[in-house]
Amino acid sequence: MIDYEKIVSPVVSALPPSGIRKFFDIAAEMKDAISLGVGEPDFTTPWTIREAGIYSLEKGQTHYTANSGLIELREAICEYNERKFGVTYDPQTEVLVTVGGSEAIDLMIRTLVNPGEEVLIPEPCFVCYKPLTIMAGGVPVPIETKEEDEFRLLPEQLKEKITDKTKLLILPYPNNPTGGVMSKADMEAIADMLRGTDITVLSDEIYGELRYGDEGHTPFSKIDGMRERTVVVNGFSKAFAMTGWRLGYALGPSEIISLMRKIHQYGIMSAPTTAQYAAIEALKNCDNDVEEMRREYNYRRRYIVDGFRAMGLSCFEPLGAFYVFPCIKSTHMTSEEFCERLLEEEHVAVVPGNAFGESGEGFIRCSYAYSIENIQEALKRIERFVQRHRGE
Amino acid sequence: MNEILNILDKEKNSISRAKIAQMLGADEQEVAESLERLERENVIVGYKTIINWDKTDKDVVTALIELRITPQRGEGFDKVAERIYKYPQVKSLYLMSGAYDLAVTIEGKSMKEVALFVAQKLAPMDSIISTATHFVLKKYKEEGIVFEDDEKDTRQVITL
Repeated sequence: MIDYEKIVSPVVSALPPSGIRKFFDIAAEMKDAISLGVGEPDFTTPWTIREAGIYSLEKGQTHYTANSGLIELREAICEYNERKFGVTYDPQTEVLVTVGGSEAIDLMIRTLVNPGEEVLIPEPCFVCYKPLTIMAGGVPVPIETKEEDEFRLLPEQLKEKITDKTKLLILPYPNNPTGGVMSKADMEAIADMLRGTDITVLSDEIYGELRYGDEGHTPFSKIDGMRERTVVVNGFSKAFAMTGWRLGYALGPSEIISLMRKIHQYGIMSAPTTAQYAAIEALKNCDNDVEEMRREYNYRRRYIVDGFRAMGLSCFEPLGAFYVFPCIKSTHMTSEEFCERLLEEEHVAVVPGNAFGESGEGFIRCSYAYSIENIQEALKRIERFVQRHRGE
Repeated sequence: MNEILNILDKEKNSISRAKIAQMLGADEQEVAESLERLERENVIVGYKTIINWDKTDKDVVTALIELRITPQRGEGFDKVAERIYKYPQVKSLYLMSGAYDLAVTIEGKSMKEVALFVAQKLAPMDSIISTATHFVLKKYKEEGIVFEDDEKDTRQVITL
């Protein structure tokens, strides 16, 4: 009999599992449970995109594509990024189409990080950076961002953590789970710390289209001197509501992209062909659909922030993504405790902030990728819960 | 103001002023005033409920009728249109470009009732040159709302 514990990789086996699932598994059992937990758009992919995918199947476009992705798609990606954000990339050498933004993140980390080198990760953040760093043999170094700084990464915080082992800085903005964003000026300040160093940057801009307020999104590579050290990760999941199509891309210097492509070609071959054809339609003809979804998210964003503040919880105003990150410290519960009891007593599933790093303790993540009716009912129940426990 | 219209245009359910105000980050009083102005100026012409009559025991037959018209001197199509839309059976009336002039939607209890209305009221009007009646067999979508929409949340549990 094989003792699997002895034969499997100790690195993989030591990776912590995502601590979120249990809440949703319990919620799924409850009949009247409602959730603000899911981190993906509630919108279905716009019909014109789905139709383009179907058409590609009808035409029999069922083969592999080039390793880097269809050249038509890469060209469309470059045109789109130039048109929307004013950054220029060469479709032949500076673009790689991947299986979701997540694959691009993995490839970038594996391409750059040598064993023992440090990866700076502003937290709270999406859960994948840390395990992917560990699997590449790197050392994750969290940087705690704070509510009073609107969860931005400040240059002095960065400076404090830079050592001679620092290889890579992750910039996860607009941010999941906080909804925090970095303005152009904020990024300039970060760039000042990086100029003249060999530190590279992975700018995860998957929520870049979902910005609210006056200032639009600026890719980090657009900041003076940053292009040569930055890989921008983006994709179709959030902006075009295409999560299930599994399609993302990386933009960066050809010297890095070509190495990322090497891993990609051995591990993945090429991203799904149907999704790639559909994505061309998304980039070329769906500006209005994206704008409509953004507008709808914005209504919900204002509504939910207002709702949390009205029940007396401090809630920083998020200017990106589709999450709010209210502070629940006034209830004297830990994030885990709050979420467990909220689910038990009021049948509402939300995600504890500490799932996104220790600095998320004292907060909960609520997604507003839900209908207004759903949000309204959830807020009503959360308010009841908070009123009941505030005195304790 | 356009934002208010945008919300109302999309919202399937009735929606309170307070909720609109929250969604826009605006003051409830301001929203109320804007709405009153929009109603007064006939930008918002009404609030209507969309009913799937097939699910009730009431028989409703809908027909689309194409009319070709001789426009009248000095009055164009408006005068004829007015004579037509005053009938309560007429649910909608549009002036069209293309092969015919007016598109009329009629609702009645039976095909016979609708056919008689066309034969007795519309066809004999002086300026009407011809009519073509098309009965609706099934309604899939009306006013942007799909009748048999299965809107279940099918998103599965995934690591964030």
